[in-house]
Amino acid sequence: MQLIPCPWCGPREEVEFHYGGQAHVAYPAESAALSDEEWAKFVFFRDNPRGPFAERWSHAAGCRRWFNAVRDTRSYELLAVYRPDQERPVTT
Amino acid sequence: MTADIATRRSPLDGWTSRFTELAPAVRLAERPFLAQLTLRLTDTSRAAAVSRVLGVELPETPCTFSSGTGPHGPVEVAWLGPDEYLVLAQPGLQRTLESALREAIGDTHGAVVDVSAQRTTLTLSGPRARDLLAHGCAIDLHPSASPIGTCVQTLLAQAGIILLVRDADAGEFVVLVRASFATYLAAWLVDAGMEYREYREQPV
Repeated sequence: MQLIPCPWCGPREEVEFHYGGQAHVAYPAESAALSDEEWAKFVFFRDNPRGPFAERWSHAAGCRRWFNAVRDTRSYELLAVYRPDQERPVTT
Repeated sequence: MTADIATRRSPLDGWTSRFTELAPAVRLAERPFLAQLTLRLTDTSRAAAVSRVLGVELPETPCTFSSGTGPHGPVEVAWLGPDEYLVLAQPGLQRTLESALREAIGDTHGAVVDVSAQRTTLTLSGPRARDLLAHGCAIDLHPSASPIGTCVQTLLAQAGIILLVRDADAGEFVVLVRASFATYLAAWLVDAGMEYREYREQPV
């Protein structure tokens, strides 16, 4: 089973984690001024890259904290994990 | 608030005889009704005041717990998250500890919640306790990987648990499991420990 390194608890089995979708999706600054199309884009539309992808994960069965991870969508390899208050690290 | 002690039943009431069948390879027992409090503490400036109330330092390293004896008797404090702790104390102390901890936190950002009814406690010890846990838990419990004072939140046979390593070499563990999962986990432990029932201690 794939091990995911939680920034706090260390490497744990994948079943302990919950996937949270794309990371760094900023809430619209002027939400009241948004058109329906812009709202739909914010709520439903996400990147789907082939390669490194910044995602949100939650250590649901462990410390129950959210963190971010950069995962290569081709190999499922986790290139980096970092806490939500940290910047996305540079990965190759 | 606290249920009538004469009438309340622990989640694993009536399991003692099935637990004793596993001895001497695994000594399994429930320690019911422990006082358990969730402590949230964002403002670390109050950590010293909280430690004074408990008589135990708050664990700073993730996945560890600290234990000791303080003004409220033996206390264990487990790390549950970067700002979250679980305080374990003797049965019946929840109200006293709750108000004492609230006072220690003062008006800073934090919370104390009595969660004594949320989980029940199982103690496992004996020469085969570690092997029994390994049947359903992915955590490496060898003393070199999980020394005394390790506290992990993980899955045991798909049930969420908090596991405390009391004595790594002797194989002494504490498992905290949610009350609604307790009978399932007890049945699983008894079943998984079946193969150790024939175990006899080697003559010295």
